Amino acid sequence: MNVTRGFTGRPRVHNPGLPPGQYDAGDDWPVLSAEVTPDLAPADWSFRVDGLVAAPRTWDWDEAHALPESAYEGDIHCVTSWSKFGVRFGGVSLDAFLEAVRPDPAATHAVAYSHTGYTTNLPLADLTGGRAWIAWEYDGKPLAAEHGGPARLLVPHLYFWKSAKWVAGLRLLDHDEPGFWEQNGYHARGNPWEEQRYSGD
Amino acid sequence: MSTPPAGTFVPPSRFAVPGRIAVSNRSAARWQTATLTEIRRETPQAATFRFAVPRWEGHLPGQHLMLRLTAGDGYTAQRHYSIASAPDDEGHIELTLDHVDGGEVSGWFHTRARPGDEVQVRGPLSGFFAWPGDRPALLIGAGSGVVPLMSMVRHHRARGLDVPLRLLVSARGPEELIYAREYGAETTPVFTRSAPRGVPVGRLAGDHLAPLLAGAPAGGWEAYVCGSNGFAEHASRLLVRAGQPVERIRIERFG
Ligand SMILES: Cc1cc2nc3c(=O)[nH]c(=O)nc-3n(C[C@H](O)[C@H](O)[C@H](O)COP(=O)(O)OP(=O)(O)OC[C@H]3O[C@@H](n4cnc5c(N)ncnc54)[C@H](O)[C@@H]3O)c2cc1C
Repeated sequence: MNVTRGFTGRPRVHNPGLPPGQYDAGDDWPVLSAEVTPDLAPADWSFRVDGLVAAPRTWDWDEAHALPESAYEGDIHCVTSWSKFGVRFGGVSLDAFLEAVRPDPAATHAVAYSHTGYTTNLPLADLTGGRAWIAWEYDGKPLAAEHGGPARLLVPHLYFWKSAKWVAGLRLLDHDEPGFWEQNGYHARGNPWEEQRYSGD
Repeated sequence: MSTPPAGTFVPPSRFAVPGRIAVSNRSAARWQTATLTEIRRETPQAATFRFAVPRWEGHLPGQHLMLRLTAGDGYTAQRHYSIASAPDDEGHIELTLDHVDGGEVSGWFHTRARPGDEVQVRGPLSGFFAWPGDRPALLIGAGSGVVPLMSMVRHHRARGLDVPLRLLVSARGPEELIYAREYGAETTPVFTRSAPRGVPVGRLAGDHLAPLLAGAPAGGWEAYVCGSNGFAEHASRLLVRAGQPVERIRIERFG
């Protein structure tokens, strides 16, 4: 252990919900996107699922909202070290979209992409079983543009760079393919509990 | 320079194309000891911390690192900091930290740190905001957001590059302008609260950008925006409105 002389850290209570290396950002919600926040109206938003699926499909805003509602209430963790507790997102479970397109059994991974062109890769298993959402509400209100509104991907059990803002689609693949940050040195999976921050962790 | 491998899925629209540089996974994953060798005051709120990092594998201007402090009971705090120094500074790197009110890590640096202290660093990280010195660069920063941009300016000078480079730097007033003594003809400061006599006071505006975009070099600028999220939103929207293509704007947000 490399103790830093004179560093005690701020007084803290042990919080079992805080993954290693993270701090509680409290009411703050830092914004850390690499691109210009797009002006994307709900009417211009769409979400497509294709690749290794039987029936590729695109949903517009109203079609996506016609799917059964599903909320997430829990914590989120950003690789830049902040975590946020007890957040509430509203949207639709990704399972509803995936059921409609019928994934090919050979599909193992997905690339999520944004209306801006941002990409991020995920194992398909991290997107199914009630663990991922398309979210358009935060705390009961429309999701703000700088946080990915009108709609973003939400995969709360992984570092938040996986939860692509302004999500435009998912392409299912039979292999893993690094997305934007993953090509820039970030970890392929990004599990906060294992501190999978950078490739090699 | 990294281009995606053949067969890679390419989304229907792309930003910040083409890619910049690949990051060394080995150095990004490894923590190493950095020894503080010097502290230089920049402004009442900001100071530069110089470190000896003997096994530093080098960086490109614009990259950042992760820094970790460890308390006696094993508690650690880690934060990202941009690298201020130019790449040619053998075995040394410099960081410039704002003293954030109540800040855990910047607070330690500004009130406790002294030469000889050791901290852990890993990096350099993220090739996205890097500028190897190859393309005309329009740099826009506010507050400590000027730190990675200054690494670019220093690199440009140290190598005597002739690729065009311009810096717009916003500060509340002259006494809060980080690196004030080092700026040359490439830099235009923008003062938001108080300014020297004869210099206008006001927020970064379209009027600051218009002449720079009108006088863009052939092929246009690569724009680099850095600062708080509020500033990054403001500056990047101004750039788009002034005609800078979205895919040629790179943003580093400090949170
Ligand atoms: C890519 C990147 C590059 C960066 N580069 C630089 C740089 O070059 N220079 C620079 O100065 N900064 C930079 N930053 C910002 C830096 O990472 C830190 O966020 C900053 O130094 C503040 O950290 P801190 O530990 O001092 O403050 P923190 O302890 O994180 O506090 C930040 C604020 O939150 C409040 N706070 C947070 N948690 C608590 C709590 N539990 N109790 C009470 N209050 C709390 C504090 O009072 C304070 O107002 C960069 C950030 C990123 C993402």
